[in-house]
Amino acid sequence: MSVMEKYEAVIGIECHVELKTESKMFCGCRNVFGAEPNTNVCPVCLALPGALPVPNAAAIEHMIRAGLAVGATIPTFSKFDRKNYFYPDMPKDYQISQFDMPITQGGVIRYWLEDGRIGECRLTRIHLEEDTGKSTHAGSTDGRIAGSTFSLVDYNRAGVPLMECVSEPEIHSAQEAVAFLESFRRTLLALGVSDVKMEEGSLRCDANVSIRPLGATELGTKAEIKNMNSFRSVQRAIESEIARQIEIVESGGRVVQETRGWDEARGVSVSMRSKEQAHDYRYFPDPDLVPLEIGAERVNALRATIPPLPIERFERYTGTYGLNVKQATQLIDNGSLAEFFDACVRVSKNPQSATNFVLGDLSRLANESGIAVSDSGVSPEHVGELIALVESKTINSKIAKDLVERMWKGDGSPKAIVEREGLAQTSDPSAIEGFVLAVIEANPGPVAEYKAGKTNVAGFLVGQIMKASKGKADPALVQSLLKAKLE
Amino acid sequence: MHPFLMKSAREMRDAIWQREISAVELTEATLTHVAAVEPEIGSYISVLDEHARTAAAKLDARVAAGEKPLLAGIPTSVKDNMCLTGTRTTCGSKILEHWVAPYTATAVERCIDAGAIPIGKSNMDEFAMGSSCENSALMVTRNPYDVSRVPGGSSGGSAAAVAAYEAALGFGSDTGGSIREPAAFCNLVGFKPTYGRVSRYGLIAFASSLDQIGPLTRTVEDAALMYDAIGGHDARDATSVNVPFETTADHLRTDLRGVRIGIVKEFATDGLGAEINGVYAKAYQDLAALGAELVDVTLPTAEYGLATYYLIAPAECSSNLARFDGVRYGLRVDGGNIGEMYERTRAQGFGPEVKRRILIGTYALSSGYYDAYYVRAQKARTLISQDFARAFASCDLIACPAASSPAFGFAAKSDPYSMYLMDYYTIPMSLAGLPALSVPCGWVQPDGASQPMPMGLQLCAPLFAERPLLGAAHAYEQATHHARLRTPGLGVSA
Repeated sequence: MSVMEKYEAVIGIECHVELKTESKMFCGCRNVFGAEPNTNVCPVCLALPGALPVPNAAAIEHMIRAGLAVGATIPTFSKFDRKNYFYPDMPKDYQISQFDMPITQGGVIRYWLEDGRIGECRLTRIHLEEDTGKSTHAGSTDGRIAGSTFSLVDYNRAGVPLMECVSEPEIHSAQEAVAFLESFRRTLLALGVSDVKMEEGSLRCDANVSIRPLGATELGTKAEIKNMNSFRSVQRAIESEIARQIEIVESGGRVVQETRGWDEARGVSVSMRSKEQAHDYRYFPDPDLVPLEIGAERVNALRATIPPLPIERFERYTGTYGLNVKQATQLIDNGSLAEFFDACVRVSKNPQSATNFVLGDLSRLANESGIAVSDSGVSPEHVGELIALVESKTINSKIAKDLVERMWKGDGSPKAIVEREGLAQTSDPSAIEGFVLAVIEANPGPVAEYKAGKTNVAGFLVGQIMKASKGKADPALVQSLLKAKLE
Repeated sequence: MHPFLMKSAREMRDAIWQREISAVELTEATLTHVAAVEPEIGSYISVLDEHARTAAAKLDARVAAGEKPLLAGIPTSVKDNMCLTGTRTTCGSKILEHWVAPYTATAVERCIDAGAIPIGKSNMDEFAMGSSCENSALMVTRNPYDVSRVPGGSSGGSAAAVAAYEAALGFGSDTGGSIREPAAFCNLVGFKPTYGRVSRYGLIAFASSLDQIGPLTRTVEDAALMYDAIGGHDARDATSVNVPFETTADHLRTDLRGVRIGIVKEFATDGLGAEINGVYAKAYQDLAALGAELVDVTLPTAEYGLATYYLIAPAECSSNLARFDGVRYGLRVDGGNIGEMYERTRAQGFGPEVKRRILIGTYALSSGYYDAYYVRAQKARTLISQDFARAFASCDLIACPAASSPAFGFAAKSDPYSMYLMDYYTIPMSLAGLPALSVPCGWVQPDGASQPMPMGLQLCAPLFAERPLLGAAHAYEQATHHARLRTPGLGVSA
C-alpha cells in the first residue's frame, strides 16, 4: 500500500454563481460584464442615503429552477437577511443574503467521471445574495494591498444577483471535485440561469480539503483553498493540497486550519491567513424587504420549464443508447446539438445511426461552415428519413453521404431527392450483371492480374462498377457477382 | 408678514387657483418672512431660495394653463432626512453635512408634482434620533410658542417652520413619535399614516420597519390634502403596500355619530398632574359630545412598548447607518489604513445619541444575545399588535395623549431615558404600524412659563383606516378650535 492509499481525502465545495439577468438583484442597473468602471450604478447599488432595494423576480425564478434541477425543495416561505460587516467593496456595509430560510432547501448534484461512473454529493445549502464591487489597489509594485497608497473601487458588480452553493464534505478526490463542478456548471447552462464562466468570475469556487486515515469517520482539520481560476487549477490545487497534508501528517506534524491561496503559475498554495477571524455577522431579517411567498402553482409552472438535464442525458445516452462517455459528453456539451440529437432519435428510433450522422458528417459540416447543426437547413425529420432510407437499404452509404451534403445546402427532404433523381439502390441482379460484364470487358489488364492471383484489384473493379451504376448498385451484390464472373 | 402666510394650506391653494395671489408672490412673501424669523426660530438647515423661485414660476405657468394642482403654490418644509435633487441633505449630522442628494424621495417628488413649493430643508435630531431636536449636530431650533423651549423632535424643524408660518405644509418622519410629539409641542396637526402607505424611497433610514413619512400642518384638512398627494404604492419601496389608496380630504366629518372611541385603561392620565388630566378629560368629553360612544379598552402589553422599541429601532439603525463609512460620500477622516479611516470618520461624524443607539443595536444583534434581545423584542412587538387588534374589535378609534407633557425647556431632559419616555404614548402605535395623529386639544401653563403651551390629543385607527381617522380628527378640531387660542409671538400680526 502506497502512502497516498493510507488516507482518504474529504472535500467540500463552495461556489458562487452570478445569475444571468437583465438587471441587478435589487435595482434596475444593467447586469453585464466588462463595462467601464462605475457606469452601471445607481443610488440603490451605491447605497446612497435613502435608497431602497426591490428584489429582481427573474433572479428568484432562476433560483427556484436551479433548486428544482438539483432536487431541492422550495419552501413556500423564505426571506432575505442582512449579513453585517464593513468592507469597502460592499456599499451598504452589509450584504443582503439569506440565512436560515433560503429559497431552496437540500438537493444533490449527480455527476459523471471520465470512466463513466456516476457520483453524487448532497448540498448543504443554496441561497440567493448580491455580489460586491471590485477593488484595485494602486501605488504598490505588485497590485497587492500591502504597500499600496490608495485603492479604487468599481461598483458595477455590486448588487449583481449571486447564488451561493455549499456542498457537504462528500467528495474524495480532485477528479470528483472537478466532475461535481462540471456537472453543476452544465446544469446551470442548460437552465440558462448563468454564463458560469470562471474566467469572467461568473463562477467562482473554493474548496475545503482535509484528510483522514482510510476507514476513519471523524473529519480532519481542513484548509480552505481559494483563487482557483479554472477547472484545471481546481484539480491541481486539490491534488497538491492532499499531497501537502499527507506529507505533514506522515512526517508527524499536524494540519492547521487556514485559508490558502492557489498560485497557478508556481503550482503551489500559499497560506493567506490562519484560522478565520471570528466574524459575528449579526444576521437579521432585512426590514427593507418583505418575506417571499412562493406558492406550489408557481413552482409547478417553473418546473415545467426545466429542460432535459445533462446528467439525465448522460445516463440515457450511455445506458439506453449505448454511446461511449466521450460521445455522450460531446453531445451534452453542445446543448443545441444534444437537443437536435434527441429529436433525431425520436424520429428515427435508431440512436446508433443518429449518433453516426450527428457526431459524424453533420458535426464535420458544422465545424467547416461555422454554422451550428441546429441552425443549418437539416431538420431532425430529414435525418430520420435518411436513416430510414439506409435501414431499408433503399440507398447505400455512399449515396447517404452525398445526401447529407445536399441536405446541409438546403436541398430538403432526402426521400424526395432520392425519388426525384432515381437514386434508389439497384438490387436487381440482371441490371448489376450488365455493369459487371461491361467493366470486365473494358478492363482486360486488371482482370488478367486478378486471375493471376492479385485478388486485391477486385477493389478497383468494384469501384468501376459502382461508378458505372452512378453509385446506385448494391455494393454487396456487386462483389458477389464480380467474384462469380471472374472465377 | 404677508397676511396670506397665516392662511391654511387649503386656503392658499384656493387663492392661487382663483388667481388672488400668484405662487411667485406667495413664495417671495414666505422667503421674506423666513429671513426675518429664522435668527430666532432656526427651523431650516438650508433655505431653498433658488429651488422655491423656480418651482413657483413653474407652478404659475401650470395654473395659467388651466391646471388646478392639489397643492398649488403651498410653501412646504422638507425634513432634512428626505432627498431632494440638488439640495444638501444632512440628516442633522456632521457625517452628511455637505452631502448633496442626486435624486428625489418619492413622497417629496409627489408633493412637488402636486404643486407644493419647497422652501427649505428643516432641522432634525441627528438621524431622527431624539424628541426635542436638541440632537441636531448642526443647529438649534426653538419652539415658536416659547423660544426658551424645544419644538419637539425629531421633526422639530418642520414643526417649528409650520408653527412660525415659514411653511404651511411640513414633511415629518415618524419612527416612534417624531411627527406626533413635535405636533403636540407646536400646536399642530401631525399625522403618521399606516406603515407602508407612504413610500420611504429617498427617506434616509433610521429604523426601516418603523419609519413613516407624514404631514405636519396647522389644520386637519391640510394634513389630509398633503397625505392624499404623497400616499399610495411605490414600486421603488418593497415595503410600500399595494392596496387601493383612499383619499381623505374629501371625506372629512363634522360629527362623530356612530363612532366608538376606545379610552385606554393603561394610558390613564391622572398621573400626569391635575391640569393635564383635566385637558384630556375634557377632550374625551368633547368627543362624546360630538356623538362618539366612549368605550373602555385595554392594551396590557403597551407598557413594554418602550423596551421593545429600544431594541428593534437601534438594531435596525446599527445596520442602516453602517454605510456612512467615509468610502463613497459624506465625511471622511483619513487614517493609516481602512479600519482607522472607518473608525475616525464615524467617531467624528456621529453624535453621542447616534453612537449610543448603534452600540445598543450592535449588542442586541450579536451572537449569543440575538435570541434574548432582538427575537424577544419581535415577539413583544407581535403581542402589542395583537393587543391593538383586540381593542379594535370593540372600538373604531383609540384616543390618548400624544405626549405626557407640553414642550420642555432646553437641556431639561439630560439623561437619555427621560427623553425616551417622551415617546411613551406614541411608540406602541409605531410598533403596530397603525395610523395615528396628534391634534391640538388644549393648553396648560408649565412651571416658569409666561404663557400657556399647547397639548396634543392622539387618535389612532386600525391599519389603513386613514379616512375615518382624519375624518374624526377634523370633527373634533372644528368643534373645539383649540389651536386658535394663541399664535406665536415673532412680531406676527394676527
